[in-house]
Amino acid sequence: MKTILFLIQKEFRQIFRDKAILVITFVVPTIQFLLLPFAANYEVKNVNLSVVDHDRSDMSQELISKVTGSGYFKLVSYDESYDQAYKNIESDASDVVLEIPKGFEKNLIKEDHEELFVAVNAINGSKAGLGSSYLLQIISNYNNDIRVETGSSSGNVAPQIDVASSNWFNIHMNYKLYFVPGILALLVTLVGGFQTALNIVKEKEIGTIEQINVTPIKKHHFIIAKLLPFWVLANVVFTVGLFLAWLVYGITSEGNVFVMYTFIALYLFVALGFGLLVSTFCETQQQAMLIMFFFMLIFILLGGLFTPIDSMPAWAKTVSRFNPMRYLVEVMRMVMLKGSSLHNILPHFAIVLGLGIFLNGWAVLNYRKTN
Amino acid sequence: MASLNSTEQQRGISVSVQNLTKTYGKNKEVLAVDSVSFEVKKGELFGLIGPDGAGKTSIFRMLTTLLFPDSGSATVDGFDIVKDYRQIRNTVGYMPGRFSLYQDLTIAENLHFFATLFGTTVEENYHLIKDIYVQIEKFKTRRAGKLSGGMKQKLALCCALIHKPTVLFLDEPTTGVDPVSRKEFWEMLKRLKEQEISIVVSTPYMDEATMCDRIALIQGGKILSLDTPDNIIGAYPDTLFAVRSNNMYDLLRTLPQYENIKAHYAFGEFAHVSFKSGNASDLEKFLKQKGLSGIETKTVVPNIEDAFIKMLQS
Repeated sequence: MKTILFLIQKEFRQIFRDKAILVITFVVPTIQFLLLPFAANYEVKNVNLSVVDHDRSDMSQELISKVTGSGYFKLVSYDESYDQAYKNIESDASDVVLEIPKGFEKNLIKEDHEELFVAVNAINGSKAGLGSSYLLQIISNYNNDIRVETGSSSGNVAPQIDVASSNWFNIHMNYKLYFVPGILALLVTLVGGFQTALNIVKEKEIGTIEQINVTPIKKHHFIIAKLLPFWVLANVVFTVGLFLAWLVYGITSEGNVFVMYTFIALYLFVALGFGLLVSTFCETQQQAMLIMFFFMLIFILLGGLFTPIDSMPAWAKTVSRFNPMRYLVEVMRMVMLKGSSLHNILPHFAIVLGLGIFLNGWAVLNYRKTN
Repeated sequence: MASLNSTEQQRGISVSVQNLTKTYGKNKEVLAVDSVSFEVKKGELFGLIGPDGAGKTSIFRMLTTLLFPDSGSATVDGFDIVKDYRQIRNTVGYMPGRFSLYQDLTIAENLHFFATLFGTTVEENYHLIKDIYVQIEKFKTRRAGKLSGGMKQKLALCCALIHKPTVLFLDEPTTGVDPVSRKEFWEMLKRLKEQEISIVVSTPYMDEATMCDRIALIQGGKILSLDTPDNIIGAYPDTLFAVRSNNMYDLLRTLPQYENIKAHYAFGEFAHVSFKSGNASDLEKFLKQKGLSGIETKTVVPNIEDAFIKMLQS
C-alpha cells in the first residue's frame, strides 16, 4: 500500500510537471465543451427556397407566405419556370424548389384536388430530409385549413386524426440538452483512455519500464499506480464539465448526480482498462495514439452520440453493443434529462462491469506476457 | 571449485552461468548468445568485452531477469534467473546501456524514487554513493533530462547502487561518454569493489578491458577467451612488430605480398605485423624493394586489442 501511494505520488508529480499534458487534460476539453454543442446542431434553419408559381392566385400567394413565414425557409428566388429554378439548385443557391401548377386555386376549389411539386437538393442529406419534411408539414397544414374553409360550403369534410405530439424530457427539443451530456461522456473517455495508454507507452519508449522491472515492485502495484491518477483526473474533468453545463448551458441534472458519479467510476474502469490494453500492444506513443484514435472514432460514431443507434444497420447495432461509450452516453442522458435512478440503469451497470472485467483481464494477461 | 561444497560455493561465487543460450526471431534463426558459461567471484570486477552485436546486452538482460534464456541456466547470488527472479530483483543493481531514468524528475527525486522502491532510504546507503553523488549534488534540483552525458551516467550509477546491491550489472556504462568522465567512472568502479560488490561490466572499448580483474572476450555470442587481462596478453603466441613508413596506405597494400607474413593490421599510426618465419630486417628489405621509404620497425608488447584481433582471425 505504501509503495502504491508512493508510485501514485510520482505519477502526479510527473503529470503536473508536464505543462502540455495539463493543458491537454483541462483546457482543451473545456474549449471543446464550450464550442462543440453550439456547432453541432441538428436544427435546420435557413433552407433556401425557390418558388415557381404558375398560378399567381390568392391561394398560391397565401401558401407561399405560409412557407416563408414559418421561419425555416428563406425565399431566394421567384422563378418563371422549373428549369430556371433547377439552375439555382445546380449552382447551390437553393435547396428546395416548390412548383405550383397553373390552375392551382381553381382546381382546389372546384375539384377539391390538386398536386404540388417539390424538388429537393439532397447533397446535404440532413438538410434535404428535414427541409422537405418541414415543407410537407406546412403544406398539409395549409391543406387542412383550406378544407375547413371550403368544406363548410361543400359539406364533405373527410374525418381526420390530428396528432398532437409533445417532446418528453426535452420539451423544446433543445439540442444542447441532448448534446452536452454526450460530449461530457466523450471528454471523460478521452482523458481516461487516451492518456493512460500514452503514459504507459511513454515508460516503454524511454526505457524506464526496464529499470522498474528489475526492482522488486509488483506488476499490479505498478499498473494500479498508473491507472489511478487518470481515474482521478477524469473525475475532475467530469466535475468541471458538469459545472460548465450548468454555467454556460443552464443544464442541471434531473436525476441524482451521485448516480452519475457512481456510473462514471465504473465506466472509467473500462476506459482505463482499454488504454492499458492498447499500451500492451504498442512500443511507441505514435502507435498508441493512432490506435486510440481509430477506436475513438468508432466509439463516437457508433455510440449514439451524433446519430441514433436505432437507425443504424444491424451490424452497426451489434458493434455498438460492445461500445462502452454507448452506455455512458445513454446513462448520462437518462440521468440528466430523465432523472433515472440507480435502479433504472442497473442493466447498464452490469454490461459495463462485464466489459471492464474483459478488457482489464485481457490487458493484464497481455501485460504479463510482453514484459 | 568442484571440491567446494555448495554453501561455500555460494559464498565465493556471485554469478554462475552455464551454457546460456538465447535466440531471437520467429524461427529462432538469430543466435544471439551461444552456450555461454562463466563465473564471477564475489567482489570481482568482471568484464564482457566485444564488438557491437556480440551478445553482451542479451546476457545482461537474462541475468537481470528481463529476458528468459532458451536453454542453459544461470544463478545470481545463488538464485536461479528463471525460478527465483523475484529474489534477484531485490539484490541486483542494473544500469542499462541506454539512459533510462525519469527525465522529468530531478536528480534527487530519481534517487529517492529508486531507494523507496527497494524499501530503503538514500541516507541509509549514502556511504555507497557518496564519492559519486558529491560530483552531481550541486545539480540535484535539475531534471535528469537536462544533464550532460557524464552526469547522467553518474546519476544512473547512483540509482543502481542506492539499494546496496550485491551484484552490479553495468551494460556499456561508458559508451558515448567523454574520455575524462570514462576514466573517472572506472576509478569509481574500482572503489566500489572495495565495498564487496561484484561488478559485471560490458564495454566495446579495449582499453577499458585491462581495468577488469577478469575478462571474457565475446564475438558472435560465443566466448573466445576468458582469463585475466595479463594472462590473455601473456598467451599471445607470436612476436609482434610495429611497422611504419612515409606512406601508410602503400605500406598496408604491400604487406600482404610478403610471403612470410602471418598477420598484419593497422594499429594507430603503425601497422602491427607478425611473421611465420623471418625477421623484421628481411621485411624492411622487401618493402624497400617495393619502393617504400622512411621505413621504421620495432618490436612491441602485445596488448589486449592485439590479443582480441588474433582470436578473431584464428
